[in-house]
Amino acid sequence: MNRIVYVFLGATCLCACKFNGSNKTLPIYGNREPVTKTVNGQTLTDTIYATIPAFKFVNQYGDSTGSQNLAGKIYVADFFFTSCPSICPIMQRNMLAVYNAFKDTADVKIVSFTIDPKYDTPPVLKNYAEKLGVTGNSWWFLQGNRDTVYRIAEKNYLVAVSKDSSAAGGYVHQGYFVLVDKQKRVRGSYDGTDPKQVAQLIDDIKTLKAEPAMAK
Amino acid sequence: MKITLICSICALLMILIVSCESNDALEFDRYYAEGNVIYQSHCQNCHGAHGEGLNGLIPPLTDSVFLKNNRDQLACLVHNGLHGKITVTKKDFTEKMPAAADLANIEIAQALTYVTNSFGNKMGIVNVEEVNGDLVKCL
Repeated sequence: MNRIVYVFLGATCLCACKFNGSNKTLPIYGNREPVTKTVNGQTLTDTIYATIPAFKFVNQYGDSTGSQNLAGKIYVADFFFTSCPSICPIMQRNMLAVYNAFKDTADVKIVSFTIDPKYDTPPVLKNYAEKLGVTGNSWWFLQGNRDTVYRIAEKNYLVAVSKDSSAAGGYVHQGYFVLVDKQKRVRGSYDGTDPKQVAQLIDDIKTLKAEPAMAK
Repeated sequence: MKITLICSICALLMILIVSCESNDALEFDRYYAEGNVIYQSHCQNCHGAHGEGLNGLIPPLTDSVFLKNNRDQLACLVHNGLHGKITVTKKDFTEKMPAAADLANIEIAQALTYVTNSFGNKMGIVNVEEVNGDLVKCL
């Protein structure tokens, strides 16, 4: 009887180790398509994953910033506007935790896209960043063309945003934090208003950092 | 039988006395509890679960001196929102606060009772009569 208990306990420990250990990998989101090619007479099937397309916007310092500056980096994206009275303050409060955890890590960035580019010009974004306590280049606040921002939000980052004069502040948008890996693939989506999910995001960034570079 | 009756009457008297004494306290508790719910739905996103604010963007609600000195303005601030500069905890804040125009006077009173008696503040009840009076004098 005792032996059975020990075996059971041992198995439980092993399982616990397996699920909490470094073996964990994050899912890859978005569409994928199989590509078949013939190499040396053999037919091989490869999977092409959805990636974030190239974009180029302007950051809070007035510098041109985009996918080029994020190449080979892990980053977290969110969509907000500075005059937002509803969920933005709590999102940015939670994002500050991510910022504080990784502000000295060169290959982890945060990108906040404004969905109100008419009002949120670089000086407005800079003022906002400073008041939030954000300095340096680990968290960029980007102003881009409205239609382009809305398109990549919905099509690529899978976050819904739209203008709606009946909503508080004039816009409706989802408060997701989207985790993107070094290969520009979406690897996670977290409710930015929930501190628990944001803590999970911080853990997942560490998991992603430990992920071995994939062969191209 | 007689003893039971006397005991019951005594107990009833006791309850009456206690409830009379704590009527004010009960009223405060009611305002405070309702105010907590209103705070969570209308104020907490920006001002935080502990009234901590958000760095230089949103002022904290922990400045007892500011709240005390501006007690008669608080209802107007909630009802009409706020534009322009205010100085809280020796820091200047210039962001806009949206108006909570959907709150009834009693709800404003409850929210203010919660805020002015939480986060290190202890200003006692802000009742609906006080709010009614303050709102008439809004600038």
